[in-house]
Amino acid sequence: MEKISLASQLLQYLITGLTVGSIYAMVALGFNIIYNVTEIINLAQGEFVMLGGLIMSSLHASLGAPILPAFILTVVLVTLVGALLDRLAIQPIRRPSVLTLIIATIAASIIIKGFAMLGWGKNPYDLPAFSGREPIHILGAIIQPQYLWVIGFLVVVVIVMTLFFEKSITGKAMRACADNPNAASLVGINVKRMVLLSFSLSAAIGAVAGIIVTPISLMTYDRGAMLAVKGFGAVVLGGLGSFPGAILGGIILGSIESFGSGLISSGYKDAFALIVLLAVLFFKPSGLLGNIEVSKIKRF
Amino acid sequence: MLQIRKLPVAVFALFIVIFPWAAYLIPAIKNYTGIMVFVGVYCLITIGLSLLMGYAGQISLGQASFYGIGAYTTALLTTRFGVDPWICMLIGMAAAAGVAFLLGAPSLKLRGHYLAMATLAFGVIVFIVFNEETGVTGGPDGLAGIPGLRLFGFKLNSAEKYYYLVWTIVIGVFLFTINLIQSGAGRALRAIHASEAASNAMGVDVSRYKIIVFIYSAILASLAGSLYAHYMNFINPSTFDLSFSIKLLIMIALGGMHEIWGAVIGAFLITFLSFEWLHYFKDFEIVIYGLILLLVTIFLPDGLVGVPNILRGWGRR
Repeated sequence: MEKISLASQLLQYLITGLTVGSIYAMVALGFNIIYNVTEIINLAQGEFVMLGGLIMSSLHASLGAPILPAFILTVVLVTLVGALLDRLAIQPIRRPSVLTLIIATIAASIIIKGFAMLGWGKNPYDLPAFSGREPIHILGAIIQPQYLWVIGFLVVVVIVMTLFFEKSITGKAMRACADNPNAASLVGINVKRMVLLSFSLSAAIGAVAGIIVTPISLMTYDRGAMLAVKGFGAVVLGGLGSFPGAILGGIILGSIESFGSGLISSGYKDAFALIVLLAVLFFKPSGLLGNIEVSKIKRF
Repeated sequence: MLQIRKLPVAVFALFIVIFPWAAYLIPAIKNYTGIMVFVGVYCLITIGLSLLMGYAGQISLGQASFYGIGAYTTALLTTRFGVDPWICMLIGMAAAAGVAFLLGAPSLKLRGHYLAMATLAFGVIVFIVFNEETGVTGGPDGLAGIPGLRLFGFKLNSAEKYYYLVWTIVIGVFLFTINLIQSGAGRALRAIHASEAASNAMGVDVSRYKIIVFIYSAILASLAGSLYAHYMNFINPSTFDLSFSIKLLIMIALGGMHEIWGAVIGAFLITFLSFEWLHYFKDFEIVIYGLILLLVTIFLPDGLVGVPNILRGWGRR
């Protein structure tokens, strides 16, 4: 096997980092959508990603449904799970405090994970790559086509989200809830429906992330917790509540993880992102793009 | 809540004293004394954690890491350097206290729930270190040959003897904690939980008290870890993972986080559930834990210790 030059090795790490980072960015976006409307940190966020991967694998790889209908059906099903999470675990809480709401999302994540284990078992599930597994060679780096799909999907998700929150009336209403729920309900916005919508939207984005990452890294029932922790790391790094921050945080975190596991130690792959999370919490809790004033008002 | 009645404590202590005899006489519960050792070990952690959650209003998602620090400190020092186990326990507690200070001081100075996130991240990092530093921790295979404990020349080599050691410590910690709650520190803590802003305005150093409680909970978890290591004589990383931190959370939520009794009841029920009663459900076990946590959070926000109050409320109607 030919010796790979350092430059192309670094390029390899960078592209891997961008790909992994795109997934973290999508998880982070999901966190922020719910956080902005409700001030809840939804620790079940990673379970949406897991469900997306597993449901898609069953529909497309096992049952043989064509890719596009399977994709849409998967997103719809996971979105329903997100809506159910809000209706069954969040809304019924009589004395909502940040503490009890976090615990409720933890409970929900355990339940979802448990049912996923009952449904799919403990084995990893694969999904065919969207456009084959023939690697592309660029400057000595080897790139799976699926990497480009992942990065492309992040771009699409960001564009759709930006249009939704900037242009559509529903998106604007959700932003109003984020600014001030009481004022929002005074002007006739149904805050409860916005909360439901935020959970559904986060679940949908999580499902997309799960579908596109499964061809690269497979999917098992217990992957959700780590994805949630890292996605949350991206949120904190970028600044809690900030959408550009979530994307930036996700990509930086993915890159640190990729370079760290390539150059320092692969055994500590999962630790790098968390060490960054701790460092940010300690030295710049408002994150890179977060607003320190906003973070003082928020309850979380 | 301010008054802890003496009678329940005495009944509880009596129950603890006679339990091994009852277990000895009744064949159906013969092995329950061994399980009660674990209940005691977990009680130490949940008492600290309930103080942190119920009184300081903070949540730790990484308590398993302090449990692990205690276990690994005693395991390493006794097997590698032949240090006396009791001294190792103290060193483990000091180590956990130091780590808790480093972790808690920055995150508890901030408003909100940064501690939850810091402890979550820290817990996962510690778990990875236990697995990866094979030269020191033995990696996933863990450490074996941890010596048992001796007290005044007696070997604590049976479940019954260890049971009495663990539960003596638990009752000691229980009484100490009650005193703590009823002291000025406890009043300050309850004030913090009721309203941080108001207690700040009254001159209570909010973050200082929160840090103290967090350190206290870490010390107790470390002590529990040391006791676990010397009882099992073997440890490996899987005992100290995120799911154990969450199991501790379920214990607190089920028992009730606003009263110290809740920590004991929760540890008791969840330990027996996982050791004895949930085997019949096999793979459903994890779903049941999730459902317990969710149903308690929704319908019993004060946990099982809150049930008498609910019944009294119904009686009045």
